[in-house]
Amino acid sequence: MTDGERPPPVPADPARWLDDHGDYLYRFALARVGDHTAAEDLVQETLLAALRSADRFGGRARERTWLTSILKNKLIDRFRRQGRLPALGEVGTADDWLNGLYDGNGHWKAAPGRWGSDPAELLQRREFWDAFERCLAALPERLRGVLSQRLLDDVPAQEVCRKFGISAPNLWTLLHRARMRLWHCLDRQGVGPLPGGGKS
Amino acid sequence: MTACKRASELISRSLDQPLNWRERLALAFHLCVCGVCRRFRRQMHLLQRAGRAAGGSESTGGDDAVTLGDEARERIRRTLSDQARGDAG
Repeated sequence: MTDGERPPPVPADPARWLDDHGDYLYRFALARVGDHTAAEDLVQETLLAALRSADRFGGRARERTWLTSILKNKLIDRFRRQGRLPALGEVGTADDWLNGLYDGNGHWKAAPGRWGSDPAELLQRREFWDAFERCLAALPERLRGVLSQRLLDDVPAQEVCRKFGISAPNLWTLLHRARMRLWHCLDRQGVGPLPGGGKS
Repeated sequence: MTACKRASELISRSLDQPLNWRERLALAFHLCVCGVCRRFRRQMHLLQRAGRAAGGSESTGGDDAVTLGDEARERIRRTLSDQARGDAG
């Protein structure tokens, strides 16, 4: 930029933000909170916050990137506010559901089904994505919170620990529980050509 | 002898953090003898790929059909314009 210090004058136009990015922000939020009303509220909070800080935006970043970064902060606020996350009393306790996947010797009670041999093909299938969204939405919110940070947003693990105020071992525990539930849900929904295949 | 339960924990954690050499060795041995866990690992890696694709894509999961409802959109529009007016006044 040879334009000097002055950012281009970008008039705050929340109505247009809503038109241009509302659906995108809504989908982004919905995938991470799994609840329509909460996702709508987050879009509103995001645009209100954007309106308040529009003078600091100055058109430097892509508008959508800027709005999404505000939304991400709102999501973290929400996960924290839930109070269920920072306390994490459950981390210390056994996960009966997870333990139930294995027998007393730690072997699978039921083998994972076959998902087909071609991941690329699977990822192009509509049914896979429908199931993926459904299963993500079905996760308990605290698990979806940490998992979406790592799985969807690729936030470094250390940063997730800091944001949520949890230790690394607690994060691994939560992520494992979340991943296993997501995986199991997809496995049960029969994402592959031979649902439930394999020996049990 | 590493059991499948331990192996799945290691597979899961390896997606977030490099395992130490003991863990890597234990997992590698287990995967040599356990086809079920090899399949499980492929599926976990697939989930990882799917997650990145979903998070990085514009539609977050590939479904453009998911949109804000008219009612919610209207409500947000009103709130925003009230706020904008409030700031101006």
